[in-house]
Amino acid sequence: MAGIFRRPVLLIGLVVTLALVAVALFSLVWTPSLPSKMNIVQRLKPPLGPGGLLGTDQFGRDVASMLMVGAWNSLSTSFLAVAIGAMVGSAVGVIVAMQRGWLELIVMRGCDIIFAVPPILSAMMLGAFLGSGRFTAIIAIAVFMVPVFARLTLAGAKQIWARDYVTAAVGIGRSKAKITLVHILPNISNQIIVQVTIQLGLAILTEAGLSFLGLGMPPPAPTWGRMLADSQTFFGQAPWLAILPGMAIAVAVLGLNMLGDGLRDMLDPKTNAG
Amino acid sequence: MISILIRRLVSLIVTLLVVSLLIFTVMNLLPGDPAAIMLGTSATPETLAALRTQMGLDEPLVVRYLAWLIGVLQGDLGQSYTYGVPVAGLIVERLAVTLPLALMAVVMSVAIAVPLGVAAARRHNGVFDYIAGAFSYVSIAVPAFWVGLLLIIAFSTKLGWMPAGGFPGWNAGLWTGLAALLMPAIALALPQAGVLTRVARSAVLDVMGEDFVRTARAKGLSDKAAVWRHALPNALIPVVTMIGLQFTFLIAGAVLVENVFNLPGLGRLALQALSQRDIIVMQDVVLFFSALVIVMNFLVDLAYLVIDPRLRVAT
Repeated sequence: MAGIFRRPVLLIGLVVTLALVAVALFSLVWTPSLPSKMNIVQRLKPPLGPGGLLGTDQFGRDVASMLMVGAWNSLSTSFLAVAIGAMVGSAVGVIVAMQRGWLELIVMRGCDIIFAVPPILSAMMLGAFLGSGRFTAIIAIAVFMVPVFARLTLAGAKQIWARDYVTAAVGIGRSKAKITLVHILPNISNQIIVQVTIQLGLAILTEAGLSFLGLGMPPPAPTWGRMLADSQTFFGQAPWLAILPGMAIAVAVLGLNMLGDGLRDMLDPKTNAG
Repeated sequence: MISILIRRLVSLIVTLLVVSLLIFTVMNLLPGDPAAIMLGTSATPETLAALRTQMGLDEPLVVRYLAWLIGVLQGDLGQSYTYGVPVAGLIVERLAVTLPLALMAVVMSVAIAVPLGVAAARRHNGVFDYIAGAFSYVSIAVPAFWVGLLLIIAFSTKLGWMPAGGFPGWNAGLWTGLAALLMPAIALALPQAGVLTRVARSAVLDVMGEDFVRTARAKGLSDKAAVWRHALPNALIPVVTMIGLQFTFLIAGAVLVENVFNLPGLGRLALQALSQRDIIVMQDVVLFFSALVIVMNFLVDLAYLVIDPRLRVAT
């Protein structure tokens, strides 16, 4: 870990991500004011004025507080979605690597098919029946993540299965399930962790898009995506309402992507950091 | 070659069939009566029963799926409940916005990414390489719809140079139509450009180490000419692949960007169908988008076979 200061990408990514997680967690215990508290007298006040550090929105709500709670809503939704996708996908991947044959063919085709339906569309399909909301958003994003992790773990696990020590383990009569737990999973866990980080960035982007379209968490819960959607009526008077939540999304995704790239370079000496 | 082609084609058809079955199942097996969802809570039992008959909901699932599938194959996508017109016509009409938008975005992203990626690779680890790297990091992280909002604030609200949204239709003239799609296409192109820059850069770096590029240099070709004549054409294969792989994200981005700019495209149609509970339109649009992604990936596969003869050997 001492080499982290020689890896600027990893360092920046780690700092940004930790800061984001800290803000999100902190919002659970403290925000400058209640994010849902309206104050019509103080509406549409610009940042750094009487409206507080980051100004107020059309109802006089404190933008800084909304962004903080938005960080928690965005991160928790994205994290749950990626966690479900990673667990299901990785399980599918290692099981298929154990069996191979026709199962591999079917699962790989299945992955292609799921991957062909963008999460925004599956969220719409599910939303028509389940109603839009956090649950629908999580399921839609998670479903899209499953093939990503299934492909990754299958490719990784196949490589490990070809190693001599695995052949030896098969030779002394270890069961496939045991080999998967003892040899396969530990050897591909790094790849899974890196992928989780990168997919978290994608999940945050998708969640923001869903919220923007009104397919995410319902009001009054503040989300970055809906703050952007609401800002559209006030471009002339209050451009900060459109700028700040977008910056929050971009910084969050940038941090996670840099963390993921940095981790990959650190964990896999073969890839070139440049 | 022919046998590979046939095999790929069969696999394409099977995939498309499974996708249609999947979409149909999701839209019809989830809890909730499509007719009740479409009519809302105020529906009387009589109208509900009438709509159920009209939609064929009283038939068994298998019959309904086959009827839908056969209709789709004949170009009959059913009737939109809210618009009262055939869905196929709606899709074609909306495609006249979404397709040019997507094409413009792809052309723009390639026009940004390839020169940037090549320049970065030629000055590997130089200042320009870092600039290109920073550009791709940032452009991948910014949501396309936010870029759209910023463009509207800058060029419509503040400067008043561009229309803030809406689409005048192609009847208003080619240039008027293209101008209305310009800002949406830029918003859509930017994240794609970030991804493609990375791919172009690493592909050119890989190819530049190859023997044939060295031979070209040894024969007296300038460094620049060697890159543009020999390295770049080979590096384009991964770029084309990435365009294909990114197609899902291009569509997702188009749905969002169309809503930012109020463009009457397919993505907006899907969202309107959702808010109006027009299940048939949703089912058809989702099928259309998914089929587009699958066919796109199939074409990329085919392009490989054309570009790289080594892949034509059956495996």
